[in-house]
Parts: sequence; structure tokens; C-alpha cells
Amino acid sequence: MSLTTTDVKKIAHLARLNLSETDLTTYTEQLSTILEFVEQMSGANTDHIEPIAHAVDVSQPLRPDVVTEINERDAFQAIAPQVEAGLYLVPQVIEG
Amino acid sequence: MIYKTIAQLSADLHAKKISSVELTQFFIDRIKRLDGSLNSFITLSEEQALTAAKQADEHFAKNKAGVLTGIPIAQKDIFCTHGVKTSCGSKMLDNFISPYDATVVTRFKEAGTVMLGKTNMDEFAMGSSNETSYYGPVKNPWDLERVPGGSSGGSAAAVAAYLAPGATATDTGGSIRQPAGLCGISGLKPTYGRVSRYGMVAFASSLDQGGPMARTAEDLALMLNVMAGVDIKDSTSIDTPVPDYTATLNDSLQGLKIGLPKEFFNEGLDKDIAQIIQTAIKEYEKLGATIHEISLPNSALSIPAYYVIAPAECSSNLARFDGVRYGYRCADPKDLEDLYKRSRSEGFGSEVKRRIMIGTYALSAGYYDAYYLKAQKIRGLIRQDFIDAFKKVDLILSPTSPTTAFKLGEKTSDPISMYLSDMYTIAVNLAGLPGMSIPAGYANKLPVGLQLVGNLFEEAKLLNAAHRYQQVTDWHTHTPEGF
Amino acid sequence: MEWETVIGLEIHAQLLTKSKIFSGASTAFGAEPNTQACAIDLGFPGVLPVLNEAAAHMAIKFGLGVDAEISKKSVFARKNYFYPDLPKGYQISQFELPVVGKGHIDVQLEDGEIKRINITRAHLEEDAGKSLHEDFQGCTGVDLNRAGTPLLEIVSEPDMRSAKEAVAYLKAIHSMVRYLEICDGNMQEGSFRCDANVSVRPVGQEKLGTRAELKNINSFRYVERAINIEVERQIALIESGGTVAQETRLYDPNKNETRSMRSKEEANDYRYFPDPDLLPLVITEDMITRAKEDMPELPQQKRDRFMEQYSLSAYDANVLVSSRHMALYFETVVAESRAQPKLVANWVTGELLAALNKENKDISESPVSTTALAKLMERISDNTISGKLAKTIFESLWNQEGGVDEIIEQKGLKQVTDTGAIEAFIDKILADNPDHVAEYRSGKEKLFGFFVGQAMKASGGKMNPQQLNELLKKKLEA
Repeated sequence: MSLTTTDVKKIAHLARLNLSETDLTTYTEQLSTILEFVEQMSGANTDHIEPIAHAVDVSQPLRPDVVTEINERDAFQAIAPQVEAGLYLVPQVIEG
Repeated sequence: MIYKTIAQLSADLHAKKISSVELTQFFIDRIKRLDGSLNSFITLSEEQALTAAKQADEHFAKNKAGVLTGIPIAQKDIFCTHGVKTSCGSKMLDNFISPYDATVVTRFKEAGTVMLGKTNMDEFAMGSSNETSYYGPVKNPWDLERVPGGSSGGSAAAVAAYLAPGATATDTGGSIRQPAGLCGISGLKPTYGRVSRYGMVAFASSLDQGGPMARTAEDLALMLNVMAGVDIKDSTSIDTPVPDYTATLNDSLQGLKIGLPKEFFNEGLDKDIAQIIQTAIKEYEKLGATIHEISLPNSALSIPAYYVIAPAECSSNLARFDGVRYGYRCADPKDLEDLYKRSRSEGFGSEVKRRIMIGTYALSAGYYDAYYLKAQKIRGLIRQDFIDAFKKVDLILSPTSPTTAFKLGEKTSDPISMYLSDMYTIAVNLAGLPGMSIPAGYANKLPVGLQLVGNLFEEAKLLNAAHRYQQVTDWHTHTPEGF
Repeated sequence: MEWETVIGLEIHAQLLTKSKIFSGASTAFGAEPNTQACAIDLGFPGVLPVLNEAAAHMAIKFGLGVDAEISKKSVFARKNYFYPDLPKGYQISQFELPVVGKGHIDVQLEDGEIKRINITRAHLEEDAGKSLHEDFQGCTGVDLNRAGTPLLEIVSEPDMRSAKEAVAYLKAIHSMVRYLEICDGNMQEGSFRCDANVSVRPVGQEKLGTRAELKNINSFRYVERAINIEVERQIALIESGGTVAQETRLYDPNKNETRSMRSKEEANDYRYFPDPDLLPLVITEDMITRAKEDMPELPQQKRDRFMEQYSLSAYDANVLVSSRHMALYFETVVAESRAQPKLVANWVTGELLAALNKENKDISESPVSTTALAKLMERISDNTISGKLAKTIFESLWNQEGGVDEIIEQKGLKQVTDTGAIEAFIDKILADNPDHVAEYRSGKEKLFGFFVGQAMKASGGKMNPQQLNELLKKKLEA
């Protein structure tokens, strides 16, 4: 599977990454090589094989509906890049 | 020089031959003196360590000390540590002082251990050589021009150079076993779900597993006793009873059936390594084990499947690093998209970006079935290979890695050749099995690791086999020259 | 050309759990920003989700309520996209295997017809935080208190054919989730929200038209208005040669128009995949049994029972069962007063509901208690007061002026039922109007009403009309 620079630009945007023009060329080559490598998978016969997301077949434990957390805003926001009035700040988001 | 193991240090502490403060100071001094050449620590938490050591000594004074009370250990910088920087080897988290402890960290604190500091690692655990760290590569104490392996290269190098008698590590595709092998120490990757992942920065959630590194299997057993067990904060941790892993260390290996996967013993394997493994196999035969050839027919597919599954999960796991609530934020973002893109591009290194993009692609519309779903099916095939194998044998034995430690920079420009250094370890993560690496000799003066793989939750059997081997060999007692 | 409207709704109901779906932080509404967002809700490194059992329990109850298949095994998936109110960069939702599968609900339309609306699925997911667009140094503020609040997303089939049908369905689901006590249904606070997928097609055409997804329609009134205006827009667009774009449109209630949301430069690619932090959710028989034991009588069952047990009309029964509180209020009054259920139904759906609506109150906040209304019903039934005067008394009850008997006493509203007293009034009227008496007796029976009116007037309207009629007739025909 060979990727084009257009593909890589689209992927980078989905992943919210900036790539310089030089980066773009390098990544396009490297990602194509990796994809060619993983292409080996297509040769394997996986008809009737169930996909597995986890190696161990167990079900999900459940938590009782109890409030266990206390307000730790000060501790959490002490390491935040930008806060005001208890809110995290980001560049203006224009809605609608 | 032969240094003391955790078990021996514990005996000395309990016999009051040494205090925890003295012991802690000894390791701090060694780190300060020797780590300049290794770069195995990102953060040395000297002050907290000495405070914890004092507390440990008070426990000894009151006769309230446990087996690990007062033992200094190092934490891989992937585990969140309250009040101490948790960088995960990334610029993205260079300013992240964690507001909480990982469950593993909590358990070691409760056991009375002393944290010396945080060890270097590949950025977000993505790498097999420790060269992707934002804090620079770690050097292999056996040869400073060589890599220690990765991603837990800092922990492995620190234990090998005796800058810590034990350290925590994590293993997603071999990140405990491969560096343990390359640095000549013992390392155990437990069964997926055996050790809580809570507070362990996620790389690939369905594969990541924390485990211990130390000089001996006995020390690993002592550490695993603390680490293992279900955690209500981790839905994927499994509620299976935790045995005392030290209790069965000396069990006889008479009649133990060891399998050798034929796929791991052909071309690609270094001749010297093959020879060393054969010698180890003979030792096991002497110990009463029987040797059987087995097949893991789909093992060649494990690396391609892994390099779809792990990047896919990582592309999503690392989306939270967006410059909004913590971590690196770019200067003067002009709008939201600029904030996201520059913070992430400037905060992540190139291997991380590569994997994020591979994973993003593998999950994207139109490619999901061909990549992600296919990889999950192959995961099913690989798991079945092991299920079949464990019907015939008790343990599987192989080299840990196809080569010894390679030179710094040797594989950085060729991602695939780097990925192939995990060819014997990756399938074990896909199948969720426990595996370990123990030192088995030297090829060109570089350590060679022996990998043992057990069935689900059979860590005790692995540790038993490793311990008995270490009773008749002395590779685990060696320390590289200059340390 | 004749056009047919096709509507499907996606309803988001916040579940009434105490803690979040995947963390132990509180879900209480209205706290200071970010004080109810823990490390898990904030998407800190290394933290992990653990599912709240109450969220699963409530989803099962909903499934039972709409007669749906409950999946024995369901899977949580990640929906990946970047937005400041989405701390992890993905929302934990369900994609391929939702907890609730196909179900249905019967909805009564305005003309009384019952229509079955099919439900495609309902799945559990976590809510996002809120972006506050007031100006903070030219920035947007993010409050993540709501992040991680459990939501049940209920997706209908495109079964509705008019805005009114859509509203009727929305009301039925609204009533259902409140009956089940899994959601408070508060649309203002956003705990019950709805998006509508709207399209039009020529009558008789089978293929669905291109749909627009309408957002910001968070009241029953807006749903109706937004759909109608969108349908008009689509028809006008097609008839003038245009084509409808598949897009998300925001309803602006001030201008009563829908407009396209900021065009995104790329189509969303959410890259759904099973969340590796969460194992499959297995719903055991035991969990289903517990949910069954926790099921109340549902609106439809209650409506049928009311019609049967109290001989009520479908209309009255429907109004009474629209909320669990109202139904309970009605049944309490009936039990306490032993009055005719029909009378009680008239009063609850009439006088009381009008008063509540006027002051925008829920029946649980009614100033007229069930005991007071029961007393009033009894006084009507035993002829102490007339129905007309009862309305005056109701007003006094509403204004908290005292008990029923007290008010009757104070205001002298007691009905005259003493035969002697009534006869005295009659005698006086007959004596004052000898001409009319003669005319009546000579066959002009229409004059009967005149005598009734005069007598009532003389008594200040307090005379029992039945008794008056009987006695008057007797006297005139004597």
C-alpha cells in the first residue's frame, strides 16, 4: 500500500499534526513502507476467525453508583496551561 | 563485583546490618556518580526517597516492617507518581507533575519501598532502543556505544549497573523482556490483567502490562507479590487469586515439559545466540525438564498485526494530549486548530507521530476492515497457536531477541528493522501471556536473554523455572565493568 | 407535487445516576465549573474508566419499557474527534453492539389514532463538557463538570410523517423515561435532548430523500416549529430546482429558521473501534430480573387500566397518565374521596391542570393537595356545594385560604338543601308572580325555567337544583 502526500496530509489533519514539506516526504515514504510491511497480513486465511480485542475472555466488572471523588480542581488546574474562573481556556471557538 | 539482591538487602535490613537511609543514600550516590554515562534516570527524587527511607527505618524500629520495607526501587517514568514529574519520556509531559499515584506506585509505597526516581524510556513506550526519549538515549552499561533496548531501557540499564536493585517496567510488545535481555538482567511481563494499568500512561491498552525488573527471579517474585492483583480502578485487571510467588520458586522441574517453537530457531537467529540457548536447554534437561519441538505457525504475522493494533490504540490514547488541560502547549496559538496541531507536533517526537498516523490510517473509513479488523483476526490465530502449544507443553523457551544489543543510531532510520528486534516477544503480548527474560550468557561480551513463556496466570511456574536455572548458573550475578 | 415528510429522532436522555458513567464524580447539576470533574473525566494520563452499574441497570429498564431486545453482550467503542469539551479526544459510546436493540413504542396521535414508532436501538455513552463562549480574554472557557455524565441515546426509525407525530413520539419517550425514573426529563437544563433527521420525498416514492440533521431543538415547541420550517425549506429548495445537502443544521428560534452549521473542511471520520480499556458488557439474567422487579406500571398499561377500572375516555386517561405524578395524584383523590372517578378526572385534567400550566408548575408542586381536592369532590358529590361554586372554592384552595369546609363556611357557600327553606323561596316566587303561575297551569310549560331562575337568584345560587326542580314541579302541579 503506497500512500500519496495527499493521503498523509489528510491523516495528519485527522490526527491534528502539522507536517512541514520535508516531514511530509519522509513520513509518506516511511508510512508507505510500514503499510507494505503490514500488508503481509492479507495473505493469512482468517475466514471464520473471530476478531479478538482482548486476549483474555472475561466480562466487564461494574462499579456501584457511589460518589467517591472530591473536588480537586485546584490541584488539577495548578498544572493547566491556561485557566480563568475555574475554566480551561482555549482559543475562541466559533459556533454555528 | 557481586552486588546484593533485593532478597539479600531485605535480610540485611531486617537483621539491622544496614538502615534504609544508608541503603537509599548508597544508591543515590551511585546514581549521581555513575548515571552521567548511562542517562538511565529522568528524575532523581532524592528528597522524597530519604523521607520514605526514614519512615521505613521507623517501621523497623517498631518491628512493623514487611519484606520490601526500606528497599529502594526505581519507577519507570510511565507510572504516575504524585508530586513527582511523570514525563513518559516525552516533551509533551515534561511539565507534568502528576496529581495522583498509579496503583502500582501506591502498592509499592504501601509495601514500604523507597522510590529513588523515575527511569528513562522510549517516548510513550514506543521504541525498542530507548532512542526515542525526549531526554536522550540510554546507554547499555555493557557497552556505552550500544542501546539498552526499549522501551524500558532506563529501568534495565539502572538495574544492570546496580543503580537500583529493582525497577518497574512495562511491556507492550517486548519492552520488559527485550531490554532485560540486552542488559543481562531478569524481567517479567505478567499475564495481561495481572497488574493494574491504572495510572500507567497508556500506549496500547489491550497489550500494555506492567511488571518488574531485577537481578534474579527471586527478586521478581518479591516484587510481583506487591504488584499483582485485581484493581477496581482498572476494568481490565482480572480477579484471579494471587499466589505467593516466592513459595514455589524451589519446586522441582522434574517432568516439566518445555517447548521450543521451531519458527524461532531458524534463519535470522544469530549463531552465537543459538549456541547459548542450546546450552541453557541442556541445563534444563539436567534439571529434569523434557524438551519438545512445537510450532507457532502464525508467529511471523505477529509483528504486522502488532504494528496495526498498537498504533491504532495509541492514535486514540494519545488524542488527550491536546495542550488544553495539562502538558505542553504551543506558544501563542492563533486558533483552536493551531493550538491542537502545533502543541501535538511540537510535543511529540517522530516515532510517536509515525505511529499515531499509522493508527489513524488503520482505523479510518474504508481501511478499518483491511487493517484493524484483519489484525484482530490474526490476533485470534496467534492466540490459538499458543492454546494448541500449551496442550502439549508447560513452558515455551526461546531467545528473547534475535540479536544482542545493537549500536546507537544503527536502526533509527529504518523503522522496520527496529520493529523486527521484537520478533520473539510480540506474539506473547497479542496472546496476553506471561513471559520473562533471564540472562543466559554472552555473545561477543554482550548479554543474551533467554525467554520463557507460560500459560495464562502461570507466572509462578515461570519464576520457578527461572529460579532453578539461576541456582545452577551465575549469569544473573554479573555486573558490567565500571559499575 | 405532493410531498411526504419523513422524520427520525435521536434522543439523548441523561441518566439519573448519582455518579458519572465511568468515574465516581458527582453528576449533580449546577456546581462551580470543573469542581465535579475528576482525573478520569478530565482525561488525565493513565486513568481508566470503570462502568457504573446503575447506568447499565437503567438502560435495561428502558429496553424492557420499549419491549426491546436486550443484548446479552454489548461493546463500548471510542468515537474519535477533537473538541475542547471532549477531554480524551474520543467519546466512549457504543457502536456495533448497543445494549438495547430493536424495540417500539405506541404513540397516540391528536385524532386518537395509535401509531407504533419503531426504535432502532438505544446505547450508553458519556456526555461531553460545555464550552462557554462568553469572552475570556478572547478565549472560550471549558467546563467539564458534565463530561462523563451517563447518556442513553435512543434512536428511532424514520417512522414519523409530520412534526406533530414527532412531538407525540418525543412526549411518549419523555413520559417513559420519567416513569422509569431513569431521567428527570428536564429539557431546559439539557437532561433530555433531541436531534431530528428530516427529509422529504414525493408521495408514493419509496426511496428516502436526503436528510438534514436539526440541532438545538430542546423544547417540544421548537421541535415542531423547527421541523415544519425545515420541511418548508426543503420543499421550496427542491421545487426551485435545488438539492438538499446532507448536513447538520442549527435551529434559530428567534428567527424561526434553520441554518447550516459551519461547513467542516472534512467529512467526519470518527474511527470507531472497541474501547480497549473496557471489556465486553455482559448482561446476565440476574441483571434483567432485577430490572424487571424495578419496573413500574408503564404509561400504556396504566392508560388501559384507567379506561377499564375508572370508565374514563381515552383522552382523559391519556392526559392523566402523561406523568407518573399526575396519575398518582388522580388515583389518590379517587381513593380518598369515593367520588365518581369521571368527576375527579374532569377536575384534575381541567381546573387543576389549567392552574398548574398557568403558573408553570408540576403537579408535584400543586398548592392544592390530594386531600383538599378529595374533600372538594366529596362536597360536590354530597350536594353541599354546586359545581359552579366549587370553582370559587378551588381558587381559594389554590391561594391557600384554608380547608374546603372552612372556605364553604366562611363564604357562606353552602348549598340550601333544607326542604322547608326551599319551599319558602318557592312560595314567595309563586305568590309574587300569579300571572305566570296561571299561564303555566294553562299549558305554557316553558315558564318552568323562569321560576327556577327566580328562585336561584333569590337564594344567591346556593339552592340545590335537583331539589328545587322537584319541589317546584310539585307546587306548580298541585
